[in-house]
Amino acid sequence: MPADVQADALPGSIADDFNTRGRDWYVDRAVSVGVFVGGVSAIIFIIGIFIFVTREGLGFALGTLDLKEFFTSMNWRPTSERNPTYGILALMAGTASVTGLAMLVAVPFSLGAAIYIAEFASGRMRESLKVLVELLAAIPSVVWGFIGMSIMNPLIIDMFDVPVGLSVLNAGVILGLMAAPIMTTIAEDALKAVPDAYREAAEAMGATRWQVVFKVVLPAAKNGLMAAVLLGVGRGFGETMAVLMASGHAINIPTSPFDSVRALTATIAAELGDTARGSDHYGVLFTLGIFLFVVTFVINLTADIVVKGVGKKQ
Amino acid sequence: MKRLFTILGLPLVLLACGGGEDRTIIQNTGSDTLLSVAQGWAEAYAMVEPTVAIAVSGGGSGTGISSMINGTVDIANASRGMRESEFEAARAQGLDPQEHIVGYDALAIFLHPDNPLTSISLEQLVGIYGENGTIESWAQLGIEVPGCGSDEIVRVSRQNNSGTYAYFREAVLGESEFKLGSRDMHGSKDVVDLVENTPCAIGYSGLAYATDHISMPCVSAGEGTPCVAPSVDTAIDGSYTIARPLFMYTAMPPEGGVKQYMDWILSDEGQCIIFDKGYAPVATVTCA
Repeated sequence: MPADVQADALPGSIADDFNTRGRDWYVDRAVSVGVFVGGVSAIIFIIGIFIFVTREGLGFALGTLDLKEFFTSMNWRPTSERNPTYGILALMAGTASVTGLAMLVAVPFSLGAAIYIAEFASGRMRESLKVLVELLAAIPSVVWGFIGMSIMNPLIIDMFDVPVGLSVLNAGVILGLMAAPIMTTIAEDALKAVPDAYREAAEAMGATRWQVVFKVVLPAAKNGLMAAVLLGVGRGFGETMAVLMASGHAINIPTSPFDSVRALTATIAAELGDTARGSDHYGVLFTLGIFLFVVTFVINLTADIVVKGVGKKQ
Repeated sequence: MKRLFTILGLPLVLLACGGGEDRTIIQNTGSDTLLSVAQGWAEAYAMVEPTVAIAVSGGGSGTGISSMINGTVDIANASRGMRESEFEAARAQGLDPQEHIVGYDALAIFLHPDNPLTSISLEQLVGIYGENGTIESWAQLGIEVPGCGSDEIVRVSRQNNSGTYAYFREAVLGESEFKLGSRDMHGSKDVVDLVENTPCAIGYSGLAYATDHISMPCVSAGEGTPCVAPSVDTAIDGSYTIARPLFMYTAMPPEGGVKQYMDWILSDEGQCIIFDKGYAPVATVTCA
């Protein structure tokens, strides 16, 4: 932009800047191309990843793989030399149980935090809480996994007198703490999006602060809060490293929170590196990838539709 | 745009040329069991032959072998033999993989230090780890483990493409598969860490990973055969039943710098390094 406001800059010279391909013209072009590439890059990457994962896995999934066994058997023995079996029932149960427990931990914490930050806290308190919550989201997942392995594991053994502390409980709590900050941030945005006029109207009717929050703000922000929870579920579902370290990585359908389990993502992480390209094991791991991709896609899409629902009603 | 690529590309080109003129780089990847030995060799060899640099990394036997077949590494470390399918894949690439035995490793059974068990038989191990095994509690082995209230045997194993896992299946389980539900750790060190902290646990891994905070029972091949404690000596003389050879594979018969390196590994100097790390050398050597 020719933002020249010096005394000698005449309107004519501004027009010249537009007509001649001077330095500014190139800068302008470069920036607009850069912004455009940045804007569409997400689409390019997602399509690229989808094509790659599908190309590596789909042939095997539709050809060699027995899909019925895949979804209904719990025998995951991909490296057996006599009779390799690829059943992911136990892995799905592992992911579902860990994610479910994580939501039990994360939903009350994150909704409580969001309500406090958005409705009750003010000034310094609110700003520092927001920064702290964002800081919590920035802790790398391997650090969480390390906490699960070296702090939570002996703690759970001591507290509950169980043989091993790497379990659904351990991974669920860790994952809940990891998902909570993101859910808090999104839930807080949803609460902030409720117009102040609603609050003022309720207060004018003589409602207490608690009644305002509970009877007016929460119902109005319902869809946004639901989206926050669904994104938390997606986060929990896709998390790998922390779950690999804290869950015990055992093929097992859990019957109590103290059982070790294995997650779908952790299985890919643990096994893909050592697998020969193009082998059946390689194919089945990519099939797992397609499955995960589809499930997270559905979760995110649902979250998106739920949020859009807000706009339509109002 | 063009300028951007030049800026990004230049350091890469420099990096690629920098070492190329007077140094040979040998890529060496594979077994985590052999990792500390491979690093020890690489460091010592830097003194012997300063013009050769050995780049060592781990990742597991399977990773090493598949990288060698894909042509990204010169030497693959493996704690299990190459499978027939892997040989076929290599031959399909026009390669002629060469096997070199560089040492032996005793596979030790690990227990929590409070566990009173001092001996275990292969049959009992099959009962614990094998698919149709019925041993689920320590009471079935006739012992009571302090600190293990539930009495459940917590099986600790390795991820299913580790060489240690494959060797244990072959040497201990034989015809059987692993019972599902074991905690499959990603690395021998993780096995030791978990067993150290878990009174109910049993695990297995290379002897070199043993620490002072872990107990290792002796292993007998069956009833009436002597129970032998895992050690470098019993691995050398063959009396310890679950000792395995450790391999290095080259894609072709070794030549040039790689051949010199392989020869040096099998020399007394190289073999004393593997001995120092807690593994058995190929033949008896006298080390300082």
